[in-house]
Formats: sequence, C-alpha cells, structure tokens
Amino acid sequence: MEIKWAMAIDLDRCTGCGACVVACVAENNIPVVGEAEVEKGRLMQWIRVARYWEGEYPEAQAVYLPVPCMQCERAPCETVCPVYATYHNEDGLNAMVYNRCVGTRYCANNCPYSVRVFNWFDHVWEKPLDEQLSPDLTTRSRGVMEKCTFCIQRIRRAKETAAEEGREIRDGEAVPACVQTCPPGALLFGNVADPHSEIARKLKDPRRFRLMEHLGTEPRVVYLKRQKGAGR
Amino acid sequence: MNGSDHLSRTDPGALYRELSRSNLPATKKWWLGVGLLAIVALWGIGCFVYMMKTGMGVTGLNRPVMWGSFITSFVFWIGLSHSGTLISAILRLTNATWRAPILRGAEALTAFTLMVGGLFPLIHIGRNWRFYYMIPYPNSRQLWPNLRSPLMWDAVAINTYLLGSLTFLYFGMIPDLAIARDHATGWRKKFYNVLALGFRGSHNEWRRYHVASTIFAILIIPVAVSVHSIVGWDFAMAKVPGWHSTIFAPYFVTGAIFSGIAAVVIVMAALRKVFRLERVLTVVQFENLGKLLCTMSLLWGYFYFSDFLTVWYNRNPEEWEVFRSYAGDYLPLFLVMIGCNFVVSFPLLCMRRVRRSIPALSFVSLLVVIGMYAERFLIVVPSLARRNDPFIWHNYFPSWVEFSIMAAAFAMFLLLYMIFAKLFPIMAISDVQEHLFHTSDRKIGDVTVESIAMPHDTGKGGHG
Repeated sequence: MEIKWAMAIDLDRCTGCGACVVACVAENNIPVVGEAEVEKGRLMQWIRVARYWEGEYPEAQAVYLPVPCMQCERAPCETVCPVYATYHNEDGLNAMVYNRCVGTRYCANNCPYSVRVFNWFDHVWEKPLDEQLSPDLTTRSRGVMEKCTFCIQRIRRAKETAAEEGREIRDGEAVPACVQTCPPGALLFGNVADPHSEIARKLKDPRRFRLMEHLGTEPRVVYLKRQKGAGR
Repeated sequence: MNGSDHLSRTDPGALYRELSRSNLPATKKWWLGVGLLAIVALWGIGCFVYMMKTGMGVTGLNRPVMWGSFITSFVFWIGLSHSGTLISAILRLTNATWRAPILRGAEALTAFTLMVGGLFPLIHIGRNWRFYYMIPYPNSRQLWPNLRSPLMWDAVAINTYLLGSLTFLYFGMIPDLAIARDHATGWRKKFYNVLALGFRGSHNEWRRYHVASTIFAILIIPVAVSVHSIVGWDFAMAKVPGWHSTIFAPYFVTGAIFSGIAAVVIVMAALRKVFRLERVLTVVQFENLGKLLCTMSLLWGYFYFSDFLTVWYNRNPEEWEVFRSYAGDYLPLFLVMIGCNFVVSFPLLCMRRVRRSIPALSFVSLLVVIGMYAERFLIVVPSLARRNDPFIWHNYFPSWVEFSIMAAAFAMFLLLYMIFAKLFPIMAISDVQEHLFHTSDRKIGDVTVESIAMPHDTGKGGHG
C-alpha cells in the first residue's frame, strides 16, 4: 500500500496547553536549554505553539497555532542542502540524516515555517536525567540541524510489527508523541493514501487550510480553521 | 609631471629599483607591522578554535537568524575581490593604458580577498571538521554533493575564481619576475630565477604572452560576473522575504565592483605613501578610479532604489516587514549604508577636486567600504530576523567571538598583502615600461607634460 503520512490540526480544539511540546521533548531526546538560551532564541523544541492575539483589550483573545515540521511535498529545505543531509524518504516524509549534516543552516533559512532548530552547543543530560533518554533515537551533537520527524522511530516500529505479522499497517498504529498526548484531541495523524483512514475523512472538512499555502510548499500538515462565534 | 622628474624610460634596472622599493630588506617597522597583524590573526584563529570546540552558540546567532556576521563578511570580502578583475581584465580589453601602475596591486587584492573571503563559509558551518562532505570525491557514503544547492554553485564558482585569479596574477607577473631576476642579487636572484620560468623577452615570448593574457582577460570576466551573481543567488534562490528578488544578481555584481574599486583606491594610496611611488601612481590613476567609483555609486543607488521602490509600492506584507525594520531596529545601519554609499559619497565623487585629491578620495573610498559592509549586513540579517512567522522574530547582534574573527580577517588580508609586497614586484614594471615607451615629453608653455602618441603600425596598443 502506498503511504502518505499527514497530520491534521484542529484549531477549534487546540487549547494551547503545550502538552504536545512536552511529549515531543520527552520522546525525541530534545535538550532543555534553559531560560537564558531561550531568551536568545535558541529553543530546541520541534513543535511550537505560536500564540497570537486577536482583537484589542479587553476583548483580546489568544489564538494558538501548533507548528510542527510541515513535511512539505515540495520541501524548500531539501534542495538547498549541499550534502543531502535532508531528503525525501519513501513515505514522502522530509527526513534528516544527522551524520551527514555539516551545519550550513541553509535549510533553516529556506524553511518559511522556521521549524528547524540548530544545535548551538553539545547538550548534556545530567544524572539522573540521562536515564530518561529514549534508546530509539540518538542525541544530536553540536553543529547539526534537527527538526520534527513525525516520530519516525514510532512509524518504523509500527511498520516492522506489521511486516512481522505479514499484514498492512493499520490506521492509528503509528502515532507521533504529540498526537498521542494532545488532551483535547486536536491533533490527528494517519495515512491519507488510505481512503478509509480517519485522517482521510478529516481532511475533507471544509475548514481545512494549509499554512502559507501561497508559497507552494504543499505541506503534509493540514489545519482546520477555528470557527468564531458563541461558545467558542 | 616634470621633465626632470619622470621615471626612467630606457633603463629597466632603474625602473625596477624605483618601483620595487617594497622588496628592499625588511625594516623594523615592517616586522612590527607583521608582528601586530600576526597577533590579531592568531587571536582570531584562537577564537575560531574555541568556537569549533564549544559550538556555534558562542556567536550571537539564533533562530531565525541562522546566518550572521560570517556570511556578511563572506559576501563583503568576495565583493572586494571583483576590483582586480575589473581593472586587469576589462581595462586591459578596453586598452586603458592608465591602468598599468595599479594592475598588480589590484590583482593581488583580488587573490587575497578571495582567500580571506573563502574562509568564511568554512568558519560559518556548524561542523567545520566535516567540511569535506561538500567536496565531490568517491566516498563510502556513495554520495555526491547536491548540485541543486546554491552553496555548491558557490563552492565551484569561488574555487574557479580563486584558481583563475591566482593564475592571472602569476601569469601577468612573469615578465616582471624576469626583470627582477636580471637585476636582483643573492637569494632573490635564485627565487626569481625559478619563478620567471626562463622568460627572456624574445619577440616570440612576448607575442605568446600577449595572446595568452588577452585570452585570460576574456575568460576571467564571465567568471567574475558569475561568482558574485551566484553569491547573490545564495540569497535570491531562498524562500525568504527580502532575499527572493530577481534584481539580486546584477545588484550584487554592482555592489562588488563598487566596494572593490574603493578598496583599490585605499590600497593604492597606501602603497604610494609607504613605498614612495608618487612618480608612478599619479593623480591620473586616482582621478580615473574616482570616476569609476562615482559611476558605480550611481549604479548602486539606482539598483537599491528600484529594489526598494517595488517593495514599497507593492506592500506585500512579508517583504514590507523586512523593509520596515530598516526604519526600526536597523535604522543606524541603514543610515550608515545610504550615507556612505550614496548620499554623502556620490556628491563628493562628482567633484573634480575630490577625485583629484588623494586623501579626499581615500576618505570617500573608506566610507564606501564601511557602507558596503553595512549593506551586506542589511541584506543578510533583517530578512531573517523578520521571517514569515512573526511569532519567532528575533534580532541579532554579533558576539565578541565574531568581532574577533572579523578583525582577524582584516589582519590576515593585510598580512598576506605585506608579505606579497615584500617578495614580489608590486608594480607591473613591464606594463609601466611599455606605457612609458609610448610617451614622450612635450613642452606646453612653462610645463612639460607627458604625452602619448600611439604608434601607427600596431594599432592594438596595450600589452595585454
């Protein structure tokens, strides 16, 4: 079966709680850099919950926009990398090979969503925090770029299990940490190439839009627009 | 120029001695200068090693400003290199004989600015120790570099330009090395003997030399133009508001030549002063360079205006935010850029008095160099600092490590130049000689002036 991973983010449901960020940090061995570095704009998180204000005080309302890597079909980051450290994999995901990265940072510049983060330093997990590192993926050294992978280690594991049992991968079998965690269920992940999957149905929602669609990057992350009105 | 005061027209030895004072044994001052520059350069190298060991976090870079002072310096230095080519190649083809005394100095400027500029991408990358991943070589990873990346175009273009301009520099120097060989003593004699490749100055050798240098001149011009176009495309190819502009390639080439000529003026004024070359580097050279500088200032202003006007009128919010930051956080730099590159320097350069005064012209050139550094910074940084998503906007200021490395780059360049001037003929002796050969003194009233009568038989003139 052809696989096209996609994510839907329902902005009506997002409360801006940030649980997705925490889950992502825990899952992907993402370093916590501390307040001083965050002030300098050196946050390492792979998904951010951007907060905007709508309206003027006292009617101001916060709007939350979770932004993971858009896994663009026509990814601008891929063409500019001189060493193929970022490439399109067999599932149409935009993957990173850390060992190949030399750190030109061109990919991060060319990403209109600015979701790529750079390892400005080597990061250490002091004892006993090192115990919580996931053995499924590496920690990254200084000087390389990293970003959201749609939890590729989880996807690979689900695929391997399915292959062992000699069957196709089932809908909902591969779930990124953020999607699994989201308390209001604003995030949904699945294979859009499978017409019976939940995500394929969800993406027919007329509220759908993609971030900065005019740039022609064809993101795999689709947002569902927030409805305004009473009770919302 | 006074009749009694002119350069020797018939004695190459005398001419060599006058034009190659830089080759005299090193003085205390020279050692002091070299020592100081070496200290600054070593300090910068130390800072680089520290950065490499600790991580790029010691710079002021952040998300979204992933490129900063190193890329600014890269563009700036590569820009300076365009002067040598212009003066040697274009003026060679257009047969502008006044260029003879500035030829070598400008070509050396090209070679050394390229060497220094070429270091910056390597300093800039996160894992410098893996830079060779960008070199196409058969490897266990079975991968070639990604030639779709403008960075690879850059690597190819700059390497070509560096090799080309080094060849150009050396090739143009062969007849001078032969003159030096004939008149030097001691170790220098042996040194020049090897380097002169047995050039005797026979008719055949000169003929081949002329043909070859014309071919070189023709070939190096497209290389030079492509180099800075590609540097411009590093930015213009990106999906970054403010960078993504069709005007960038010609605009970058213009800026490069502009800053390059300014650098030539400064270097020539310094050489003239230090090595007492007043008799060869005359007001004629400086005035002509001033005219070129004036033209380039106008062109630069025109390009900048067109780029600005389209964005201003269009008010595409993504691009307009970048331009708006010029009036906000980047206002001081913006004023420096506009002032130094156009508002102050253009009217000054329009004045004959300024163009004919070497201190004044050097001052304006210094302004231009400063203005162009500011311009490079304003191209690289604000576009990144005001990316598409306002939530991640962040400003940038270089750290002490970056300032140290930028200073070291200047020191390294000056060091290379000083060593070059000590070892090689810094004036193109044979070209000057050829120029002198075409001239004669004419008395006009009380003054004796140099006049050029082109020989009828060749028609081609300049040696290439």
